[in-house]
Amino acid sequence: MTTRLRATTLAAAALCAGLAAPAFADPVEAELVINDDITIKTVAPAAEHLKGHLDTVYSGWLFREDETRAMTMDDFDNPNMVFAEQALEVWATPEGTQNKSCADCHGAIEEGMKGVRAAMPKINAAGDLWSLENYVNDCRTNRMGAEAWKWNSQDMKNMTVAISVQSRGMPVAVEIDGPAQSHWEKGREMYYTRYGQLELSCANCHEDNYGNFIRADHLSQGQTAGFPVYRLKDAGIVSIHQRFVGCIRDTRAETFAAGSQEFIDLELYVASRGMGLDIEGAGVRP
Amino acid sequence: MTRHVLWAACAVASFAAAHASAEIAPTAVAFDETGAVATSLTGTPGNPEEGAKIASSRPLGNCVACHQVSALTADFQGDIAPALDGAADRWSEAQLRGIVIDAKHTFPDTMMPGLYKTGPFIRPGDAFTGKAAPADLAPILNAQQVEDVVAFLMTLKE
Ligand code: HEC
Ligand code: HEC
Repeated sequence: MTTRLRATTLAAAALCAGLAAPAFADPVEAELVINDDITIKTVAPAAEHLKGHLDTVYSGWLFREDETRAMTMDDFDNPNMVFAEQALEVWATPEGTQNKSCADCHGAIEEGMKGVRAAMPKINAAGDLWSLENYVNDCRTNRMGAEAWKWNSQDMKNMTVAISVQSRGMPVAVEIDGPAQSHWEKGREMYYTRYGQLELSCANCHEDNYGNFIRADHLSQGQTAGFPVYRLKDAGIVSIHQRFVGCIRDTRAETFAAGSQEFIDLELYVASRGMGLDIEGAGVRP
Repeated sequence: MTRHVLWAACAVASFAAAHASAEIAPTAVAFDETGAVATSLTGTPGNPEEGAKIASSRPLGNCVACHQVSALTADFQGDIAPALDGAADRWSEAQLRGIVIDAKHTFPDTMMPGLYKTGPFIRPGDAFTGKAAPADLAPILNAQQVEDVVAFLMTLKE
């Protein structure tokens, strides 16, 4: 928080000199209830491991305008849901050399995928850290004998939205110790690395300056509990790794690839910064 | 300024003192212990109107991404950093030049990017493409653009 404090002090000095002070735009005070039914925790005390960095964690939902926030509150208005519907068809459709569907092994998505998204990314049986997308493709290639989906393909995004809906209202539950710890530490290192020609880290924007505006953008804490999100500007779903690519690119840096081990590690670390928040499944952004 | 000229400026760096018109390359900038840079990068006085445009433009200075500047009409000015109104009352020209070239000499750990800096960077990219930077990555602003921005900042008096 040191940079933030310093900038605020300078701004305060400017105010004393009779200048216009920047308007500090906090997260709104509002309750996220989906379909008048499921209450989502969007504010929580920060996890122990964030001590000295953040006291309170906030969902990105709280930093958006009224109309955008409203779209997350009702499935009829949430553009993600059309795509989740499409995924439900695919869920039940046999495919590949084994002629099996997701439903053949996992049953109803409501049962089989409950809580899955909340624990991602997660260490697999072989001891590697995998994102939800990796698990989906493992089933497709090894159990169904079907083609893997590309990380940011429409099919993959539809399915990750449909699976995320099944963790709605469940708290972020990633494991960060044991075999996950070294991945988590790498992710943390990335979070504080100042990448690119602009030499900016995730923390510069999302820890030191959340609530402030960078040009027209109201900075949030860069939490992922609401992901995947539907972005109105792109008229499409944005995956977590896609968002990471965009943020690193904006520092005039060479990005990492969606699906890279670096981004899976970063995903774990960023998810862990959202411990205490609930999975939204799935958010809407301007 | 073309890359050619910049290159030439590097090549003659050791004679720069003798050439009033030679540019100071990003790697040859001399900061004093406060982070100020006394010598003009080009020897040609900056144009404050050009500087105002550069400060408002995203691919160039994009100062308004983080700073509010009442004198500029650019919309959606950010509030990450202190407002620049009255900057010339608070800072000398040499200090402002140092801040624009690489503010980390004035404010260690600051979020403000170095506008006339060619490295070292971690994973430098080719502008906003997300691709790796070319080996001869140019600074975000060229030497005259820095002087233009400094000239603009010098007009910000209360
Ligand atoms: C130059 C500033 C900047 C940097 C550096 C940056 N971001 Fe962002 N990020 C933004 C902006 C602007 C947005 C869109 C508004 C918002 O939610 O903050 C955003 C959004 C996000 C979101 C989506 C949040 C939501 O609720 O929609 C995530 C996740 C995120 N960033 C993660 C990261 C990570 C991880 C890094 C480092 C690898 C990073 N960001 C670096 C500016 C930045
Ligand atoms: C990514 C954010 C960012 C950008 C872009 C940026 N600055 Fe800054 N600037 C800062 C911050 C933060 C400070 C406060 C210094 C500190 O970190 O303590 C600062 C400080 C300054 C100061 C001294 C503050 C004062 O008292 O007036 C000047 C002058 C300045 N910047 C000019 C510029 C100019 C000119 C540009 C564009 C060519 C620019 N800045 C672009 C973030 C930025």
